Amino acid sequence: MSSFVEIIHISTLIMMIIAGFLAVIFKKLLPSIIALTVASLLLSLEFYILHAPDVAIAEAAIGAGLTMAIFIFAIRGTR
Amino acid sequence: MKEMSRIVKTVTNFVYGFIIIFGFYIIAHGHLTPGGGFQGGAVVGSAFALLLISYGSLNSKKFLKKDILSLFEGFGLILFIVLGFSGLGITFFYNFLANSGGWFGNAAVIGVNPGNMNTGGVIPLMNIAVGLEVLSAFGVIVLTMASAAEFTKKKENS
Repeated sequence: MSSFVEIIHISTLIMMIIAGFLAVIFKKLLPSIIALTVASLLLSLEFYILHAPDVAIAEAAIGAGLTMAIFIFAIRGTR
Repeated sequence: MKEMSRIVKTVTNFVYGFIIIFGFYIIAHGHLTPGGGFQGGAVVGSAFALLLISYGSLNSKKFLKKDILSLFEGFGLILFIVLGFSGLGITFFYNFLANSGGWFGNAAVIGVNPGNMNTGGVIPLMNIAVGLEVLSAFGVIVLTMASAAEFTKKKENS
């Protein structure tokens, strides 16, 4: 049982690191923002696995929803 | 501001109401389940952001008005501080409705039970006040960001 939870932890963190690298590597701005949002959403899943559902809801709403919206507004302002 | 493609708009039409109802569910069940006023308000605010991104700020101006959201924000803050001062006969923020048998005042059942919505006294009302305030504050923030981006774009093009 403990090993199963550890496998989920390690795979979630590895996917977060991959999403962070993709956010740096991408040349276009909109896919970069989507990769950053995926990293934030996986961070919310990690909070839920660590038995903190309150923080998970707040992270999924603010880090994945409102931050992406504000970045998209900023991109549209610069174009 | 330009609107997005037809796929994004169709998915928004399907999902928008469900996100808002889920946010109000989190606010209303804040004293029993995970979540509360801030989290539910943030979920509803992200639904507003979704509407504003997919339809553009010019088309969604008749659904989201800054004056009405600002009025709701002030109403939520006033409701919260009035509920805080109402228990001042004993202490500040005293839970004067708990176990009174009236509105929101049922006694909490010990043990396994399906969950009673009407316990908790003054805490559900405070959750509703905080949820109203956070919802309208995030709406005002997103609306201001959208109009400011449009304004800078227009200014740089001219």
